[in-house]
Amino acid sequence: MTTEALDALVLSVRVAVVATLLNATLGIPLAYLLARRAFRGRAIVDLAVTLPLVLPPTVTGYYLIVLLGRRGWLGQPLYAATGWSVAFTWYAAVIAATVMALPLLVRTARAAIESVDRELEKAAYTLGRSEWRTALEVTLPLARNGIVAGLVLAFARALGEFGATLMLAGNIPGKTTTVPLAIYTAVQTGEMGEALVLVLALTALSCAVLVLAGRLGARAA
Amino acid sequence: MRLLTLALTVALAALPVRVGAQELTLSVAISMKEAVEALGRRFAQARPGVTPRYNFGASGELQKQIEAGAPVDLFVSAAQRQMEELGQKGLILAGTRRVFARNVLTVVKPGDSTLDIAKPADLLDPRVARIVIGNPRTVPVGQYAEESLRALGLWDRVQPKLVFAENVRQALDYVARGEADAGFVYTTDAVTRARNVQEAFRPPEDTYHPVVYPVAVVRDSKHPVLAQAFIQLLLDREGQAVLARLGFQPPSSRTPSQ
Repeated sequence: MTTEALDALVLSVRVAVVATLLNATLGIPLAYLLARRAFRGRAIVDLAVTLPLVLPPTVTGYYLIVLLGRRGWLGQPLYAATGWSVAFTWYAAVIAATVMALPLLVRTARAAIESVDRELEKAAYTLGRSEWRTALEVTLPLARNGIVAGLVLAFARALGEFGATLMLAGNIPGKTTTVPLAIYTAVQTGEMGEALVLVLALTALSCAVLVLAGRLGARAA
Repeated sequence: MRLLTLALTVALAALPVRVGAQELTLSVAISMKEAVEALGRRFAQARPGVTPRYNFGASGELQKQIEAGAPVDLFVSAAQRQMEELGQKGLILAGTRRVFARNVLTVVKPGDSTLDIAKPADLLDPRVARIVIGNPRTVPVGQYAEESLRALGLWDRVQPKLVFAENVRQALDYVARGEADAGFVYTTDAVTRARNVQEAFRPPEDTYHPVVYPVAVVRDSKHPVLAQAFIQLLLDREGQAVLARLGFQPPSSRTPSQ
């Protein structure tokens, strides 16, 4: 394996792990709120989170540029204040992967939380538990299979993200070239051997994730 | 995205066409976009029933598509290297290969940039945080840029600032959007976004190979005679006038642009 291929593999894993952690932090509370709370703007939040699932990744990438580019709504003030911009850094790859993976976790986790018997939650309330503790001690543990499944899907999606990453993070070898981008470049330049190595590596990694998820699911059940 | 374009081109080519209608598929270095489109309109007007189809991209990428069997009639490259490699593989009709234009490398900065970038060494200024060049693996303008930066002794020092674009127009776009502080493009590209970019300086022309555009008929072309006629149009007075109007230089001499 060439250094570039190895760099891409290490970067991909790093991006996918960080994106999955961000997904867990944002997505699980979001899934809970969407499943259990009626709040203003709920439909809009639901729509915004789900959209990246149905939109072409390039459309999501475009929105991310409009938001985070040097001249973007958030990017401009950030650049003016710090002289730093997220575009073309590996953080951009993390952001793209997080946004693209979020709907998979939120939808799966939400369905799992919705299927938890509300009578059990009510019993916890009757026993004096707050909503916060009930969620942590009753609802989420009962929904954990769905949540784990959602996290696995999110990790796999983050690992395979291409379009939005290319647009926001570019394709800079050693910095933002993840495995999918490296495969694309390798095929474009006719380096089918290098592409094959990366294809096999990504396939093996994805299989390992699925097997691991199966074990976790079996243990949790 | 370009793969999608290719897939669409293939799909379109596979559609049943009107009897007598002929489609000429041209894979064209994207810096030649406006010129080839303008000439394509004239070409089609003079030949009822002929429709030019364009596949724009980086020359290296177009080269690989042809190697993979893309149904292309004519290849316009922004460097000899890609044409040379196709020639060695016997994928072009060697007798049809001609150089029809030249171009010049330039460095652009965003239209509202306040940075003083007037000579190559200014690229080392820490305020010039990002410099975009075409990916030298597939994009000729990136290859010329790398060659020039190496000759100037700047390559190693600007390396950490480099961002790679998939073709010259993407590099131009990064600068126009202000994502990059400077970028290497051709002078003819810079004028297409004159409202958003400004020329900073031109690298000395003796630091890189002359930018020449070769064209040739692809070996498996279904319409070699038509493709040959397009090459003729690029070379004759009408074609050369259109190219000159868009800022390209004639193939023979290396006269500086006016």
